[in-house]
Amino acid sequence: MSTKNAALPPVPAYLFALLGIVAIFMAAFAFGKYPISIVDLLRSIFARLTGADAELPEAIEIVIWNIRLPRIVAGMLIGAALAAAGAAYQNMFRNPLVSPDILGVSAGAGFGATIGIFFGLPLTVIQVLAFVCGLAAVGVVYGVSGLVRRHDPVLVLVLAGIAVGTLLNAGVSLLKILSDPHSQQLSNIVFWLLGSLNGVNSRDLASAVPLVLIGLVPMILLRWRVNLLSLPDEEAAALGIEVARLRMVLIIAATLVTATVVSIAGIVGWVGLVVPHAARFLVGPNFSRLLPASLLLGAGFVVGTDILARTLVVIELPLGIVTAMVGAPFFLYLLAHTGKTE
Amino acid sequence: MNVIEARALSIGYGRKVVMNSLAFNVKAGEVLCLLGPNGGGKTTLFKTLLGLLPPLSGEVHVLGEAIAGWSRLAFAQRVAYMPQAHAGIFPFTVNEIVLMGRTARIGRFAIPSRHDRKIAADCLEMLGIAHLGECIYTAISGGERQLALIARALAQQPTVLVMDEPTASLDFGNQIRILGHIGRLRDQGITILMSTHQPEHALRVADRIALLAPGSIAGIGTPRDIATPDKLAALYSVTEDEITAYLPTRALLN
Repeated sequence: MSTKNAALPPVPAYLFALLGIVAIFMAAFAFGKYPISIVDLLRSIFARLTGADAELPEAIEIVIWNIRLPRIVAGMLIGAALAAAGAAYQNMFRNPLVSPDILGVSAGAGFGATIGIFFGLPLTVIQVLAFVCGLAAVGVVYGVSGLVRRHDPVLVLVLAGIAVGTLLNAGVSLLKILSDPHSQQLSNIVFWLLGSLNGVNSRDLASAVPLVLIGLVPMILLRWRVNLLSLPDEEAAALGIEVARLRMVLIIAATLVTATVVSIAGIVGWVGLVVPHAARFLVGPNFSRLLPASLLLGAGFVVGTDILARTLVVIELPLGIVTAMVGAPFFLYLLAHTGKTE
Repeated sequence: MNVIEARALSIGYGRKVVMNSLAFNVKAGEVLCLLGPNGGGKTTLFKTLLGLLPPLSGEVHVLGEAIAGWSRLAFAQRVAYMPQAHAGIFPFTVNEIVLMGRTARIGRFAIPSRHDRKIAADCLEMLGIAHLGECIYTAISGGERQLALIARALAQQPTVLVMDEPTASLDFGNQIRILGHIGRLRDQGITILMSTHQPEHALRVADRIALLAPGSIAGIGTPRDIATPDKLAALYSVTEDEITAYLPTRALLN
């Protein structure tokens, strides 16, 4: 066991990740039902940048700019947002095993959004419901873990999250049973719950991007202080932190980010758990480096898994299924691997 | 001048009173050592003095001001706390851990600057662990962690340093090293309030010793007056002979 930092030094690690992510974005434009050659893609991008005419068939231009681009932007947004929220939750709950999924935030937001879909409410209301229910879920989980002091707090937080998540999922199932199978309602709920970028349109993006950015602002501003929340509360307080207030601000910020994403793309699991781990492995736990690394890797991860979702089999797989298929084994690998160096 | 002053202080949690009507002070530049059996209320007292637990009644004054209503920031700029070392959860480097001590000295939205890094490096240097800077805090030894936590407390540039059993669970060499550092910090003018389970450590570094019997302070004064076999025997509920058998250092004082 080495005591020296075995991870790559931060700057090359960033460059490495950045190059990989750029490659993934290019691939995301190229692959799909309607394959686009790299040459055509570069010509089209170059033409857009310079304002010249790419002299490409219109179909290619439409696929690149009207179909693939919004989808890639949605993937970036969702991945970056969930990874940032996951990194923040892990730090503020002093627990590398929590994530928006495990804390019940995703399930809460999912429940809220399902209610919205069930009653056919507009997107804004669905987003508010998702946020409120997500916040309530994490509030209950955190409150319970504060009350139960006899057990390992790490374990209590995870178990409380699983309990609350299960309860909320039961609520979602109830709404599914009650919904009308002959209309679009049931299939809407089912597909949306599985997580997909398919239904995300640019109107959704226009309302989601500002909300995610608002949620990211406190994380960016408080990027140094977030580190101190990973210390025991009294130690952080003795170092000059108003612990309860800081944690509250971050819970609201991370929950807003998660709920916004859930309300447009459904429950895309594993991103918030796996990506911060990978980012921490690359750049270390310091949040002022962990946050940008998580944003980048999260964006790359979701856009990358969405390529798989679109191309793996003949039909399009729901994104949530693919992130689970990629994320769960990767997480098990990280668990086995990082145990030695951390 | 009194750096910390407890006035008619009652401490505890809710209805559970741990200690009643305490009155004592920590003088500028001294090392005051708390001795006492387990469950005597040391932790509760520290929490109250650090403003982490509101007193049941009475007042704590730090540097002449009542601490009620102080922000955590104001507190951290004056008083540093060295907790008992824990393993930590995330693999921060020792440098990052020490830089956390700079939090009260930088803006709310800032990250530590080159100036802060210099101070952190100086603190590590002062404790003789500059070579550990880039090591992972979760992977170094217990003694090294204690030293890193002292460095973090020093990076706060405090007037007072409160240390919770700084020599607990360390090997003999590390105990000696830590006590040596405590003596040197005192020489630099830092006031130190510390607790220990080992009277010989108190005898080694303390200017004054306070005996914390369950519920009250049984005595406070110079080691010569306070750390006598009869008082220690009463404090720890053992006989005087047992005390003198285990504490040959007493001979040095008389």
